[in-house]
Amino acid sequence: MKVARIGAITLLLLVALASVIAGCLAPSGYARQFRDIPDAPPSRQHWLGTDDLGRDRFARVLYGTRVSLLLAPAAALLASFLAALIGGIAGLAGGRLQTIVMAGTDLFLSLPWLFLLITVRAVMPLNVSPLTSVVITFAMLGSLGWAAAARVICADARSLHNSDFLLLARASGISGWRLVSRHLVPNLMPVIYAQFWLSVPVFILTEANLGILGLGVSEPLPSWGSLLRELESYSSISSNPWQFVPLLLLLAVVSCFHLIVVDRELPA
Amino acid sequence: MKRRHFVWLLLVLAALCSAVAQPPTQLRFCLRSEPKTFNPLLVEEDSSDTVRYLTGGVLVRLNRDNQKLEPGLATAWKVSKDGRSITFLLRRGVKFSDGTPFSAEDVAYTVQEMMDPNLHSSVGDTFRSGEGKTETRIVSPTKIAITFPAPVAGLDRLFDQVAIMSSNSPKKEMAVLGPYYVAENKAGSYLMLQRNPNYWKHDASGRPLPFIDSVRLDIQQNRDLELLRLERGEIDLVNSIDAEYYEKLVADKPALAYDAGPSLDSEHMWFNQVPAAPIGDYKKAWFQSTNFRRAVSESINRADLARIVFRGHAQPAVGIVSPANQFWFNSKLQPHPFDQKSALQRLQQGGFRMQDGVLHDGAGHVVEFSIITNAGNKYRERMATMIQQDLAGVGIKVNVVTLDFPSLIERITRTFNYEACLLGLVNTELDPASVMNVWLSSAENHQWNPSEKTPATAWEAEIDHLMRAQASTLDDHKRKQYFDRVQEIAWEQEPFIYLVTKNALSAVSTSVANAHPVVLRPQVFWNIDELKLAPEVADKR
Repeated sequence: MKVARIGAITLLLLVALASVIAGCLAPSGYARQFRDIPDAPPSRQHWLGTDDLGRDRFARVLYGTRVSLLLAPAAALLASFLAALIGGIAGLAGGRLQTIVMAGTDLFLSLPWLFLLITVRAVMPLNVSPLTSVVITFAMLGSLGWAAAARVICADARSLHNSDFLLLARASGISGWRLVSRHLVPNLMPVIYAQFWLSVPVFILTEANLGILGLGVSEPLPSWGSLLRELESYSSISSNPWQFVPLLLLLAVVSCFHLIVVDRELPA
Repeated sequence: MKRRHFVWLLLVLAALCSAVAQPPTQLRFCLRSEPKTFNPLLVEEDSSDTVRYLTGGVLVRLNRDNQKLEPGLATAWKVSKDGRSITFLLRRGVKFSDGTPFSAEDVAYTVQEMMDPNLHSSVGDTFRSGEGKTETRIVSPTKIAITFPAPVAGLDRLFDQVAIMSSNSPKKEMAVLGPYYVAENKAGSYLMLQRNPNYWKHDASGRPLPFIDSVRLDIQQNRDLELLRLERGEIDLVNSIDAEYYEKLVADKPALAYDAGPSLDSEHMWFNQVPAAPIGDYKKAWFQSTNFRRAVSESINRADLARIVFRGHAQPAVGIVSPANQFWFNSKLQPHPFDQKSALQRLQQGGFRMQDGVLHDGAGHVVEFSIITNAGNKYRERMATMIQQDLAGVGIKVNVVTLDFPSLIERITRTFNYEACLLGLVNTELDPASVMNVWLSSAENHQWNPSEKTPATAWEAEIDHLMRAQASTLDDHKRKQYFDRVQEIAWEQEPFIYLVTKNALSAVSTSVANAHPVVLRPQVFWNIDELKLAPEVADKR
């Protein structure tokens, strides 16, 4: 498993690096429309051909990777922070507060996410740049995606609260911020860390779903979601198999994230 | 000799038997959804409209090919000089599918039902031009006069949509006068139409029509599956396909693909000119400027939109009326050219100036606006993205925003919280009367500035005057003069920036004879009476 984990980390780093230096690898840019050659097959100028508007697909995959791969972890970080805060407080406080917070969390979990995102997207201001819109989309994902993780963290915090070592710490006179920072948070970190890694692929896939509905990142900025929309039509993909590249990349990256998480959770 | 006679007799009998044993023919195609109603007066969506076309008998029928009216259940008709009344002379000896005889009483019943305000018939709405009661006078069993409270423009043509219902059949709307009747309805799965044995129409040699014995309409939402089924020979036609599927079909089975040329449907964009809209005043000033709208229009490469987005199966749009509308189209008009130099000159005339490749207005505001369109419509999304690049060429920054349809409708009809919108128009009517609800400044669908109390501009006032004039005149040539002028004003002012006119694309199996797809709906089976199926198809089924 260690080899798999190293392989996964290496692949993720390579993909991230390629997306960061996208400007050097694909100088034609993601937005320029080569209108004389729409839907072109791969060539020396366009390694993955062009899309239906004549835009370089390789450039779009790289820039789309940058968007999805950099912003999904940011959203996951926000969601994990909120989950740790809400779940941790509820777990440590226990009693009625825990019941109320967890009831609220359950209510949050029962909300139809996709429709909620569509609604939020609909009331957003219209005149925002594509970059702002993508940041808002992922910020929404992050601020809405904490509930499941909060439940797990709450349960873990509760068991920590009742643990012997915490009883001993309290008996030794440690309390307040010191108790939280020195004893609770370090022991909660593994579960927060796992929740973070699990959230990343979830957010990538959610953005992809929004993209497929045409509600993701604004044109002309690409994301994996918008790139996957090319696969909507059976009629076009059968003759252009290179359109599968964003899908393969998405599968590879999500698998890498899972490999990293699974490997961390396995006992040594 | 006797033996020879016997052999002849045997041969004749064999021939007769083979004729009698010919398997029934069945045409198959798909509906995108289940028909919501079988009541022809309540039809509002495509599937019900298809059933109405195949089963309904009408007094006059618009020939979808030459766009002229032809006799149906009425052998002759006359519109009164004041445009309020129409008199029909009805065909004798016609019966409904259940054997009930047809007479003027049925026409009177249908018209009264249709005009009943409690029924909320959308067909009836097209006849409503004034307050008051519609009167029907049965002169004889084969003659009826119908009088409307106010003149109705294009009155006779409107009867193409009115399927006559029986006034006394126990089967009510299921007793029909069209070529087929609904024999079976398997909800969510298919609809079976059988040949109407009492259909009045015969071919030139006196054979009863239609030729095909039954029509099976499968409910199929997925277009990919529909096309696959056509290619496998499981269905015989696809009435309307989009450019991407058409291209796939051309690559796989070119003999099945038909491009009938420009249809009546167009794609267009417009700027929000509502005075109370919650957008900046300086932006309202841009949008209300003819120079600005014309400059935007000239900066858009319509030929590229047609070639790339619609794979060449669309034409740069001219204006309100598609060239497919043979009579009403103003042939003097041409599509606006793609000319960014001219656009920049217009912008300069309007006080705009270019600074470091970015356009600014007279007050120094950067020219930037958003175009909203409905999410999920990839053709519109692609057009918006191409327009974004085109307008960048004149320094205008465009943000493309895709919204779910209800949110978009909310913005363009209620809150007016948008700047520009890209949508399409699906036209089914040829007569200018059908666009009164768009071009009158007081109309709700006057989308750039709906429901104006008084016309906001002089050119809108002129359009109001011309539209009312054409609606109250019976002479078609005079009406055309008025409507030609409306088209010219709309071309000059561009409240709607027309982008492309889509071609009418369809697919028909080679086993269907006499198929001749046209641009008007229903494109392929408009001549259902005359369609024939190859015998081997009938054998296989």
